[in-house]
Amino acid sequence: MSISVRNISKSFKKVQALDQISFEVAQGELFGLIGPDGAGKTTLFRILTTLLVADEGSASVFGFDVIDGMNDIRNSVGYMPGKFSLYQDLTVEENLTFFATIFDTTVAENYHLIEDIYVQIEPFKNRRAGALSGGMKQKLALCCALIHQPKVLFLDEPTTGVDPVSRKEFWEMLKRLQQKGITILVSTPYMDEAALCDRIALIQDGKILDINSPEEIVAKHQHVIYDVKASNPHQLISLLKAYPTAHSVYPFGEYVHYTDQSGEFKQEDLHAYLAHNGLKEIVIQPTPATIEDAFMELAN
Amino acid sequence: MKKFIGFIKKEFYHIFRDRRSLFILFGMPIAQIMLFGFAITNEINNVNVVVLDLSKDVSTNTIVNKISASSYFTVTQLLESQNEVESIFKKGKVKAVIVFEKDFDQQMRNAGIAKIQLLTDATDPNTANTINNYITSITQNYAKEINQDIQLPFQIVPESRMVFNPEIKSVFMFVPGVMTIILMLVSAMMTSISITKEKELGTMEILLVSPLKPYQVIIGKVIPYVFLSIINALVIILLSIFIFKMPVQGSFFLLGLESVLFIITSLSLGILISTMSKTQQTAMMISLMGLMLPVILLSGFIFPINSMPLPLQVISNIIPAKWFIIIIKGVMLKGVGLLYLWKETLILLGMTVFFILLSIRKYKIRLE
Repeated sequence: MSISVRNISKSFKKVQALDQISFEVAQGELFGLIGPDGAGKTTLFRILTTLLVADEGSASVFGFDVIDGMNDIRNSVGYMPGKFSLYQDLTVEENLTFFATIFDTTVAENYHLIEDIYVQIEPFKNRRAGALSGGMKQKLALCCALIHQPKVLFLDEPTTGVDPVSRKEFWEMLKRLQQKGITILVSTPYMDEAALCDRIALIQDGKILDINSPEEIVAKHQHVIYDVKASNPHQLISLLKAYPTAHSVYPFGEYVHYTDQSGEFKQEDLHAYLAHNGLKEIVIQPTPATIEDAFMELAN
Repeated sequence: MKKFIGFIKKEFYHIFRDRRSLFILFGMPIAQIMLFGFAITNEINNVNVVVLDLSKDVSTNTIVNKISASSYFTVTQLLESQNEVESIFKKGKVKAVIVFEKDFDQQMRNAGIAKIQLLTDATDPNTANTINNYITSITQNYAKEINQDIQLPFQIVPESRMVFNPEIKSVFMFVPGVMTIILMLVSAMMTSISITKEKELGTMEILLVSPLKPYQVIIGKVIPYVFLSIINALVIILLSIFIFKMPVQGSFFLLGLESVLFIITSLSLGILISTMSKTQQTAMMISLMGLMLPVILLSGFIFPINSMPLPLQVISNIIPAKWFIIIIKGVMLKGVGLLYLWKETLILLGMTVFFILLSIRKYKIRLE
């Protein structure tokens, strides 16, 4: 096992950040921690990278315990914190060289690892890191985390604040890195990215809701989901919540996702109910479940 | 070792790319020495005085000539009546008015006593005091001159000599103080800011999760500032020697060693501050309030420690700057060696060890 977490708990003053978390990540796996802000993802990353000590439980990375093997872990993992953490007053090239040097290696030695990514930012290699766009900053940070050929890569919300095109490119890179045998633990608040992981852990308020492959998590979803749209979205939500057999109601893009608890649900009945209450342009259609739906279901 | 050198290189990039701080770092010592040396001084030079001479005789003329001949005063105007005095003070350019009474010479010769009224602008009490003393001594000298042949029955003549600073140059007092402030500021504040900067920007997180050992990070942060501080110390010493003709009576080598010791004391203080503060702003506030003010007020740089209330005198002992000022004054002005300064040196050394041990204890190898 590349990463192994056993009953980890951690609390700060009054907040229970992590509550009895356990999971394992196999070697070469792309494992996603999916959850909203404040779920405890960053705390978990910091415990695994030896930056914080858990109150309870134990964890190991590549066989090294996070307490006793602190130095071994620090020497061998790649870590990209959630906040952009490179030197803004150093150029792209200087940042990369610096991180290679402190890991006792050179850029040339491990260039093959970062080549795909680095060619995209190479035209700006003499620009200061602080002057890069959000997407390029993240690519540079990934290069810096990779330059010493880590066995495990910890990426804490690497795509937050990055445009959709760069996000897509970033995930393609992660896939390629995975093929090179690197174990990747990545966290994200974006549910659409979860589908790209081998396995994911849904996490909320410091607890793991479910761990499985994205497909299985979606498949486990019991209820039929309906996309509902109407002229007045605000009124629509309150009306749906008031519907006698409503199970769950939450906004989802331009639609509202609705699930029903009774077995004899008919679209026409709901349509009539909404129309009766003065809504126009009503659309009701079944839709396949996504990870977000699974998350909402589990979180309730 | 290669990692360590790489780290120091990065530190120099930070320092040299931050033009504004760099300018302050090297501009400040020069500006301060110049300010304290030329502008802010207790000496008076070319003070404007006006004269209201109601008798206009030989004696008053001689006295006025003596006053304007000295480099301290410039007689700018002769007044005609007492009424003008108030308005001339209000304008603020004139610091003193000298009034000779009517029939000055006659009074002196007949009654044996003649009066001069000296009005000074005491909005600045120190200057007023000095003007008062200087003019009094000029008139007394004149009185002595004309009394040469007369032997007074009893006389006490103090023969004073100003030891170590015969010309009473105030720059001699400021140089040690300014040097202490600059070294303290550069060493303690800059290191504490540069360490907390890494925490604040989040780069400390990556540095911790790397093979760099915490002590390498600290030493790597400190080394560039040791260099800068030594350059600053040299600039200050050279300026004071060549521009203000301040002597180095003692050994230049000892002065250098003691300065390096004080630089290390300040750096260790800086590291200690950085272990206590999370943001650059906190580090700066602690450095300014916790270091600058005590250094200026309690180190004996401006206000003599002996005339402070007892509690402050006791507190002044824990201020490293106090001991360093004693040391540089000793070496530069008195020319004494380690034989006389071993106590102060030992105290600084002890403080350094204490600060370093405390910082090691408080240094966090993790985030908290």
